[in-house]
Amino acid sequence: MSLWDYANPRKFLAVTTPLLPWLAAASALLVGSSLIWGFFFTPEAERFGSTVKIIYLHVPAALMAINAWLMMLVASLIWLVRRHHVSALAAKAAAPVGVTMTLIALATGAIWGQPTWGTWWVWDPRLTSFLILFLFYLGYIALWEAIEDPDTAADLTSVLCMVGSVFAILSRYAVRFWNQGLHQGTSVPVATGGRTVADVYFIPLAIGMVGFGVLFVWLVLLRTGSEIRARRTRALLARARRMPPVPLATEREA
Amino acid sequence: MRALLLRDLRIATRAGGGFGLGLAFFLIVVVLVPFGVGAETATLRLIAPGILWVGALLAALLTLDRLFALDWEDGSLALIATSPAPLEGVALLKALAHWLTTGLPLTLAAPLLGVLLNLAPEAYPWLVASLLVGTPALSVIGTFGAALTVGLRRGGLLLSLLVLPLYVPTLIFGAEAVRRGADGGATALALMGGITLGALALLPFAAAAALRVNLR
Repeated sequence: MSLWDYANPRKFLAVTTPLLPWLAAASALLVGSSLIWGFFFTPEAERFGSTVKIIYLHVPAALMAINAWLMMLVASLIWLVRRHHVSALAAKAAAPVGVTMTLIALATGAIWGQPTWGTWWVWDPRLTSFLILFLFYLGYIALWEAIEDPDTAADLTSVLCMVGSVFAILSRYAVRFWNQGLHQGTSVPVATGGRTVADVYFIPLAIGMVGFGVLFVWLVLLRTGSEIRARRTRALLARARRMPPVPLATEREA
Repeated sequence: MRALLLRDLRIATRAGGGFGLGLAFFLIVVVLVPFGVGAETATLRLIAPGILWVGALLAALLTLDRLFALDWEDGSLALIATSPAPLEGVALLKALAHWLTTGLPLTLAAPLLGVLLNLAPEAYPWLVASLLVGTPALSVIGTFGAALTVGLRRGGLLLSLLVLPLYVPTLIFGAEAVRRGADGGATALALMGGITLGALALLPFAAAAALRVNLR
């Protein structure tokens, strides 16, 4: 019994399908409580007023936007090395979720930036890196959509994901060389353990980050399951087309 | 291998091969910009490095979809792949042929077009140096993109969607080198050189892998 057993599509579906409602409920509970707590039961920050409350959407979405790409990279590598179809389909399923997270982060950032920085958009390194990440997601999804043969598509998108990861990191440093920006540093630095957010704001934020993580897992499992079923349906249809047509009852009578 | 390079160069320079196309496109972009932003010489001087780099980049992009498409259609790509030459080498060679017919002419033409945009006199050597260092990266990244999309019927638009984000670091360092000139341009130039060398070393492998998948 190893982890790779779950690469069997049947086993994957058998394990994940009963999990889906639980994951959905958990993410709804966590994200919902984080948002309600954050929006209604935290004090307003003295300098930012109520605008700061958008952080409960912005930070978890931005976090998951990057982690989704990371997950796609790992899944692509597994596909290239071990040729598990579920892995390729999971990478495919994660991309639209990731692009949505990126869009949420960009949109909430713009909405927050307007009253705070006085502008919807600045060419700040962090904002620009996210915009470039968005473009990478678009290219990746477009390549999946453009290729008909599923194995070819999985191979090519995996290669693109690997090359794209390197260039996404390169872009991030290139952009910092190009422009020093307005965006504040990270609020929850994992490496140093310290943080610049007070506990009243941090606890709902942490719940939100966990909640978005569960939401992501739920959506990816759900979408991977439907990709597997769609592929199964296609295989059944192809098999039906190859078989000699069975005459319908009405035709036989006529 | 040499025969392959010469063949590619001959095809590119023949009538209808698209040799002059990139250059003409570069010229037109540079001519159109003053109509768009106004003829103020100070403004033009300010934006000239960026315009020249973006123009060169788009011109390089324009000829990318021909890189493998013609060989794919008449089947010679499959023949080349079965020849003893390694596919990685073939990808590098294709990139070299693309650079010789696009990047090098663009580099040589850029100073002339710089005059049209009133580029600062001290920026000319930086313009030529940055294009000389940066355009090979554009060619080899483009070769990877072309290898990914070679099997698609209308891959041209997808190719630009895939390749343009990959061009961002090169564009940033290239335009910064010209803009900063003697004051910090060398750093940008060195960083861009690193990107070019890294791309030259690694991307032919990715391109060859993509070609193998497409030829399967």
